[in-house]
Amino acid sequence: MVHTFRQNGLNIALDVESGAVHLPDDVSYAVLSAYPDRLPTADEAAEKLGASFGEAAVREAVAELAELAADDMLYTLPEQIPAPVYSSLMPIKAVCLHVAHDCNLRCGYCFASQGDYHGARGIMSPETGRKSIDFITAASKGMRNIEIDFFGGEPTMAMKTVRETVAYARSVEKERGKNFRFTLTTNGLLLNDENIDFINAEMSNVVLSLDGRRIVNDRMRKCVDGSGSYDVIVPKFKKLLEKRGPDKSYYLRGTFTRENLDFAADFEHIYGLGFDEISIEPVTAPADKSYALRDEDLPRIAEEYERLTNIILKLRAEGKKVNFFHFMVDLDGGPCAVKRLKGCGAGNEYAAIAPDGSIYPCHQFVGMEEYRIGSLDEGVVRDDIRRIFAQSSIMSKPKCAGCFAKYNCSGGCAAGNVFYGGGIDSPNEQACFMQKKRLECALLLKAAEAGAHVEF
Amino acid sequence: MKHIKTIAEGTLKKNRDTRGCGECQTSCQSACKTSCTVGNQKCENKK
Repeated sequence: MVHTFRQNGLNIALDVESGAVHLPDDVSYAVLSAYPDRLPTADEAAEKLGASFGEAAVREAVAELAELAADDMLYTLPEQIPAPVYSSLMPIKAVCLHVAHDCNLRCGYCFASQGDYHGARGIMSPETGRKSIDFITAASKGMRNIEIDFFGGEPTMAMKTVRETVAYARSVEKERGKNFRFTLTTNGLLLNDENIDFINAEMSNVVLSLDGRRIVNDRMRKCVDGSGSYDVIVPKFKKLLEKRGPDKSYYLRGTFTRENLDFAADFEHIYGLGFDEISIEPVTAPADKSYALRDEDLPRIAEEYERLTNIILKLRAEGKKVNFFHFMVDLDGGPCAVKRLKGCGAGNEYAAIAPDGSIYPCHQFVGMEEYRIGSLDEGVVRDDIRRIFAQSSIMSKPKCAGCFAKYNCSGGCAAGNVFYGGGIDSPNEQACFMQKKRLECALLLKAAEAGAHVEF
Repeated sequence: MKHIKTIAEGTLKKNRDTRGCGECQTSCQSACKTSCTVGNQKCENKK
């Protein structure tokens, strides 16, 4: 299967099964677009397209496409990977640690019900934090790299637990043959010199939440008293970045909703504040919310992603460094095919632990009793639920079969599919639309990096 | 080639033989938490 598209005056072709990317001229673009699923014979292509491009040129183009096809760079056929390879239960080696089911912001769009996940507000005890480390070192079996994400609610409301959990993990990682990688997501309100230094020393990645322009941020990200958070958090995020070394990653992460479909302006604003690693995500919300994205918004969102692409092209042409998380794609390396089939690993390699020690398939299922897979005291007792997640892959999702983006999103977010798509194997179509558009933008940026002339 | 320029040869076909060591980052742990982004993840076995 070959996916072709034009953006910014450039023809681009993606060979879906190999991941090869090409820049065809108008003749070969026409051939690939007319025959996305198989290489045509020179005769049939010439008959179909000769009048527009000249018979000789069409035949020449088909010959070149045939060469690429022979080298597995066009019309590559899917290869069968045995199902047990990508759908078996794996050791759990990544956890989202909900150290705080409480929050000091009251964000309008919070999927965690303002931090309490529809349950009681609470802070994870340091003891539960240490037990989580014991759980993950055992559950991860022979895996060496262990990821712990401090999440909430707002994890900086539980810094004692964060600190003691990290200290305990560091004290045992060598003897247990593990390499702990810590990350933390924060709204910034409680950042001060002391915890900025701790976060910068221990967290391999930190996610700083800010939606963009003051008016946009403060409309959704409000303090408990109803005031906006922008003026409090922006100086703190700047300070964290100033003190953070170049070797450690961070993302300044925003959410866009129906109320800021012009989110490229928020990207520019965030860049203007001095942040160059930026992520702006579509809100996930029930359709009855006024700020939820609607199907009718999708063309506008696609235009906005193009606008954002042009901003990045312009900045990079000026020699500036800037990165947008959802436009990142690794064409020369990237994960193996098995990983691409499986996706994020929620419920299988990844789990979330609530303050009371309950274990769920991922942070988005926390508090949902029907998805509870166990607890730190009893261990994982519901492998039947884990198996449902493990067996969900690109291969189990009918909508993915003909999709050009499937190896880049692996069939979407399990929670998004369950809550908004109709089932774990039924991707949310709004998310699919946006994913496909973002991949096209990402490929255009790669073409520009490779030296192609791109208009913007 | 005259009619088409290749900017990436593609790695998917080549690494179908690997069986997935599982050591790489869980994609959701990076920035998003609400979507699945796999194509940008690093392989732990590639130097």
